[in-house]
Amino acid sequence: MTTMQAFLSTRLRFLSGAAAIAAGAVLAVGSGAVAQQNQNFDAVQIDTVKVRDNVYMLVGAGGNTTIHVGSDGIMVVDTQFAPLSTKILSAIRAISNAPIRYVVNTHMHGDHIGGNEAISKAGRFRAGGNVVGDLGAAATATAVIIAHENVLKRLSAEPASGQTQVAFALWPTETYITKRREFLFNGEAVQIIHEPNAHTDGDSVVFFRRSDVLATGDLFTTVMYPFIDAANGGTIDGYVKALNAIMDITVASNVNEGGTMVVPGHGRLSDEQDVVEYRNMATIVRDRVREYVKRGMTLEQVKAARPTLDFDPRYGSDTGFWTTSMFVETIYRQMVEANPPAKPATQRRGRTE
Amino acid sequence: MRQRMSAFMPAIFVLALAATPVWAQAQLSPGGDFPYRQSGPPGADFTGVWQPRYHEDQPDRIPGPELTDYTGLPINDSARQYADSWDSSRLTLPEEQCRVHVSPYIYRGPLNLRIWEEKDPKTQDLIAIKHYSSTFEQTRTIWMDGRPRPGPNAPHTWMGFSTGRYDGDMLIVETTHLKKGWVRRNGVPMSDRAKMTDYFVRNGDVMSHITVLIDPVYLTEPLVRSQEFLRSQRELPAGTWLWVCDPVLEIATREEGDVPAYLPGEHPFKDEYARRHGIPEIGVRGGAATMYPEFQEVLKKAPIPPPMPPPQRGASRVTGPGQQQGR
Repeated sequence: MTTMQAFLSTRLRFLSGAAAIAAGAVLAVGSGAVAQQNQNFDAVQIDTVKVRDNVYMLVGAGGNTTIHVGSDGIMVVDTQFAPLSTKILSAIRAISNAPIRYVVNTHMHGDHIGGNEAISKAGRFRAGGNVVGDLGAAATATAVIIAHENVLKRLSAEPASGQTQVAFALWPTETYITKRREFLFNGEAVQIIHEPNAHTDGDSVVFFRRSDVLATGDLFTTVMYPFIDAANGGTIDGYVKALNAIMDITVASNVNEGGTMVVPGHGRLSDEQDVVEYRNMATIVRDRVREYVKRGMTLEQVKAARPTLDFDPRYGSDTGFWTTSMFVETIYRQMVEANPPAKPATQRRGRTE
Repeated sequence: MRQRMSAFMPAIFVLALAATPVWAQAQLSPGGDFPYRQSGPPGADFTGVWQPRYHEDQPDRIPGPELTDYTGLPINDSARQYADSWDSSRLTLPEEQCRVHVSPYIYRGPLNLRIWEEKDPKTQDLIAIKHYSSTFEQTRTIWMDGRPRPGPNAPHTWMGFSTGRYDGDMLIVETTHLKKGWVRRNGVPMSDRAKMTDYFVRNGDVMSHITVLIDPVYLTEPLVRSQEFLRSQRELPAGTWLWVCDPVLEIATREEGDVPAYLPGEHPFKDEYARRHGIPEIGVRGGAATMYPEFQEVLKKAPIPPPMPPPQRGASRVTGPGQQQGR
């Protein structure tokens, strides 16, 4: 099995049951499209967008990549699909020849970690003393790969029957289990902040504090409805909380524009106001479905009420791995779990129970 | 209301002819694609301080639109549901208080408008025309130097990215990369995929401004609007040019993350506009058909809703059940 085949097979394992309907499809929602297994990555071009003097956004076919450059080296946030690694590395080298020190994964999906192996191997980490003494050249041979602990748990989990283990080289080499991990790199504070049970259960946002740039992973996109990967711990409530947490970090100008720049998981470069609109959409749809559930409506009745009609032409899809119908169904099921319908009242011995 | 594409295209053409020198009229072809002109005779001079006149669409622009009034807007069902769900209380959220009118809407409201040109100091070629709006302190740059439009992954702004060209004396501006906004400030949305073409025509101290908005998300046909400005004979006091917005917490008891909205179909004041003005519901709900003259005949046959009951002494507006959504 080739690396790509293994990756694609693994990718399918990541997806929820509903998503597996798109047999052979992989998660690749750049430009709103679902990349098919036979996608021609040769045709993909990497668009480099300068965000700040030392921060860039690379847009290709997978999740967006963020590049942070400075005297200490390069940090790469998310690595897109494996077949794009050569192009990603070329785009990085067009920006800087400094060594790649860190790869950070915002979550576990293949369109964000696929290039981990090639890009980490193109880098090297700093180590000395006992570490080098114990590990030898391996201690500095690659850039480290950082993610939340739950990413490693998911990637290293025993695969279900008929599915393939994610390649070891794609796993994070360092994880964190607290709310955040932070350190100084290139002279600025870098904060990797965990947002629990949102898109998945291992989501992180990466905040470059001096540059005032936030990479959100798939906790915010401009191209689709929030993808709630329930099979991997995602929830709509967690997603809405994460969007509000992003807005707590971002600061806009006095006319709600600019300020903190936001690199979305997919789509165009954004700022806080774009996140506000997306948060409003996610909250309104969630609240509608929750209210309908409280009223005892069935899933079919909720769908018939079209709770996403006002946002469908902008974010909806009838095809692909994450349709509008799946979005509504996922919210509905999670709202039913959170608000189980009351049992019909029965009369017994003169009491209402 | 001047929001009709069919009625206005001839008007735009007539304005263009009136404002176009004879030498240039020979090149005109209605609806044609005019090559960008970097050199050659300059177009009309729009520089100066301009102030709008509100005789056009006055109720819509100055007191502001009434809730659920979508008349004359070529909106689709998605836009209608968005507007039906929109609760103006959303503007009390700190993150919403300083939101700006997008460029397709900002010229409609009260504002002072300063226009100036930026020239290359070495060649005196026109690089850009700048519009500064006192409302929201917005500066719109209209690039005249032929620079390429940003790519699809560039950020969007309230004013968008604009490039201009002269067609005779008429300035034509194309704008993309707009943020999500509205086409009417009672919640009728405009998406961030909208594109606008402006036509600026000057006749003496009067400037006519016509906009054609295309929104593949929320409009089924182009939305055409116009407004006029008078050139001010003197500069205005500095303070009239400022718009300082400082968001504050306005409702202390609101839960964090709350987004005020009505459930679809449960807007408590949904019928108020139609009943107050005696307009059939099919008229106030908008849609492309409501822009055209023949719709008058349809309106005549449609039932007029019952008038609003007289307000009771001491009564305040009710709070509808849908208003509690999200709280």
